[in-house]
Amino acid sequence: MVQEQAQQKLSIQFEDIAQQNESYIVGMWTFLVTEIMFFGGLFATYLVYRVANQEVFWEAHRHLSIPLGFFNTCVLLTSSLTMALTVHYSQRGLRKQQLLWLLVTMALACTFLVVKGFEYHHKFVEGLIPGANFRFEPAEHMRVAQLFFSLYFAMTGLHALHVIIGVLVMTILAVLIAIKHPSVQDFIPIELTGLYWHFVDIVWIFLFPLLYLIPR
Amino acid sequence: MTNGHDTHSHIVPIKVYLLVYVALLVLLVATVGAAYLPGHHTLLNNVIALTIAVIKAVLVILYFMHVRYSTRLTWLWASAGFFWLLIMFILTLGDYFTRHWVPVLGWE
Repeated sequence: MVQEQAQQKLSIQFEDIAQQNESYIVGMWTFLVTEIMFFGGLFATYLVYRVANQEVFWEAHRHLSIPLGFFNTCVLLTSSLTMALTVHYSQRGLRKQQLLWLLVTMALACTFLVVKGFEYHHKFVEGLIPGANFRFEPAEHMRVAQLFFSLYFAMTGLHALHVIIGVLVMTILAVLIAIKHPSVQDFIPIELTGLYWHFVDIVWIFLFPLLYLIPR
Repeated sequence: MTNGHDTHSHIVPIKVYLLVYVALLVLLVATVGAAYLPGHHTLLNNVIALTIAVIKAVLVILYFMHVRYSTRLTWLWASAGFFWLLIMFILTLGDYFTRHWVPVLGWE
């Protein structure tokens, strides 16, 4: 197990491999901190409007499908597990298992996006896309309901964009692992992608109850 | 390897990952279940949903993101992110939720 990591190349600016790895991981966390604040702004906006318009938000949220949201949460949680397994096998230097679990993670990410696409399509058919054609019953709640769906699309849309970027990064990694590229000899690229992927999962962990499970 | 010991990357056993995964699924079912509690408990429901979400996030951060096994610097960096988020929330929500305490003419 340990010998696998001995292959890691030490860059000139680091004392040893441990320091080098720590720098990579802290660097990734620095990026994630900016991401936390990025999504945090949207969450704060959502909370302010939700508290001010609890009743209408409850009415509007009934147009979201809890079964689909629940299914997608399971898919993302499972993809986090498979990503963790990818890192595990990558640390042990087992290339085939690593590639297999990475592909499973990608498949789950795509499943999430497809389900999300169906949900968006359903909103489109129902006329719940904010804009000139927005329809909502009762009409006096239309403005606030539109606010809810604006926030819904902004938050889930930004999240979906992160899932798409995650799939792209995983695709590149999968190709590099498949051709035994030297840059993926050690586990760090997978570990950093994993950190990003688990962050995307955490965002959804909060989005699901906040958007889909509004109590009356 | 110069130090002979695996000090810089702790390999988490698969069993731990599976246990965390099961815990996450159980908590997910609990969230949905809490949303269907009979009667009007808006505040209670919100508190339960957010508490469960925070527990799930902490599980993911500690085990899937390996912060529990990482160096103290990583630990500090990760918590700093959420500490900053907390500052943003306290200042923003502290403003919006207390505005009606002091009525201002022309502002409802």
